[in-house]
Amino acid sequence: MVTTAYTREEIMGYLSEIADPEIPVLTIEEIGMLRDVLITEKGYEIILTPTYTGCPAMGIIEEDIERLLAEKGVGPVTVKLVYAPAWTTDWITDAAKEKMRKYGISPPEHSSCSQAFSVGSSVSCPKCGSADTQLVSRFGATACKALYKCNSCKEPFEHFKCH
Amino acid sequence: MADQNNLFKYLLRLGDNALVLSHRLSEWCSRAPLIEEDLALTNFSLDMIGRAQALLKYAGEVEGKGRTEDDLAYKRAERQFYNHLVMELPNGDFAFTMARQLLVSAFECLLFEALSNSKDETIAAIAAKTLKEVKYHRAHAEDWVIRLGDGTEESYQRMQHAVNALWMYTGELFEADEVDAELIREGIAVDQNSLRPQWQEYIGQVLTEAKLQVPADGYMQTGSRKGIHTEHLGHILSEMQYLQRAYPDATW
Ligand SMILES: [Zn+2]
Repeated sequence: MVTTAYTREEIMGYLSEIADPEIPVLTIEEIGMLRDVLITEKGYEIILTPTYTGCPAMGIIEEDIERLLAEKGVGPVTVKLVYAPAWTTDWITDAAKEKMRKYGISPPEHSSCSQAFSVGSSVSCPKCGSADTQLVSRFGATACKALYKCNSCKEPFEHFKCH
Repeated sequence: MADQNNLFKYLLRLGDNALVLSHRLSEWCSRAPLIEEDLALTNFSLDMIGRAQALLKYAGEVEGKGRTEDDLAYKRAERQFYNHLVMELPNGDFAFTMARQLLVSAFECLLFEALSNSKDETIAAIAAKTLKEVKYHRAHAEDWVIRLGDGTEESYQRMQHAVNALWMYTGELFEADEVDAELIREGIAVDQNSLRPQWQEYIGQVLTEAKLQVPADGYMQTGSRKGIHTEHLGHILSEMQYLQRAYPDATW
């Protein structure tokens, strides 16, 4: 049974509290994964767009959504993954990029995705801001990050790849 | 309206390619020559398992018999798999794995770029997403093929040997049968043979830069579109499907 007790905005409000399991300072809304909430006669359909197709965090996020909405008494809930339009790092808000930097991850540059594969593209150190940095490994602990080191302050850091 | 059975078969092919190569790459976990490579290869594997999941899920929906992506991955027999033979070949040494990555990801970059214009919206969406990932795979493989080909005498020998051994599995990538033909007519699939000149040009450039010889096109292996495989696929499936075969529908 669906009651119309909750509006789309209320549900979006609840869901905006859910953190990205891999970058817990950011929410799924800030990172651009939470796309929409549809209210139909079958219930509430939560529309997510995965960051990477094989992102292992997706399962955790789906469970977090179901658990949170169950606690709020919202139901029935289905989570739907939508691939088009494809997620891009351009959907990460500027405020979220700043949080990411403070957390120690160098955020992706603005809409320069075609350059994501050129190793020399400018990545600045999240600690000291120096642009004199060096790629150590194209892959880090997760598919979305690469490993760099700063030649100025010698700090190793992760860079969220432009995608 | 596309013949749903053709579309189902086509989706299995795309999904199985990702699933089987993903499984192969996962075998490198904890065994790569450098920790950065361990991360890279398992990340590629993860991208592919995600792609397989999306494609097989859609295949199950198109088939309309209630099979999920897990049913399709774990409960089909060898002859019902349609991945290209090159995907199932054992990893060999690091040179062999990287040479395969180059040949396959160069093909996939062209394929998914073309499929991102497919008239089937779901295929187009998955292709657009995948394209971003396979470009990264290709860049990585290209670096290694050049570094090893134009490296020491031993690394050169191993890389040339790998390219030679893989070459007879590349012809199959560009084949088409009646399933392809029908879906090409409908604007859903891509004429893979039309991608061949670009693929050859790119591979030729990379191999030349790596000081490697481009093998001559000779006898080419085939069979995957009919579900005929090398002896290696059965061994992959016996490992990959073990749990669901021993304990059907087990979950955790
Ligand atoms: Zn620094």
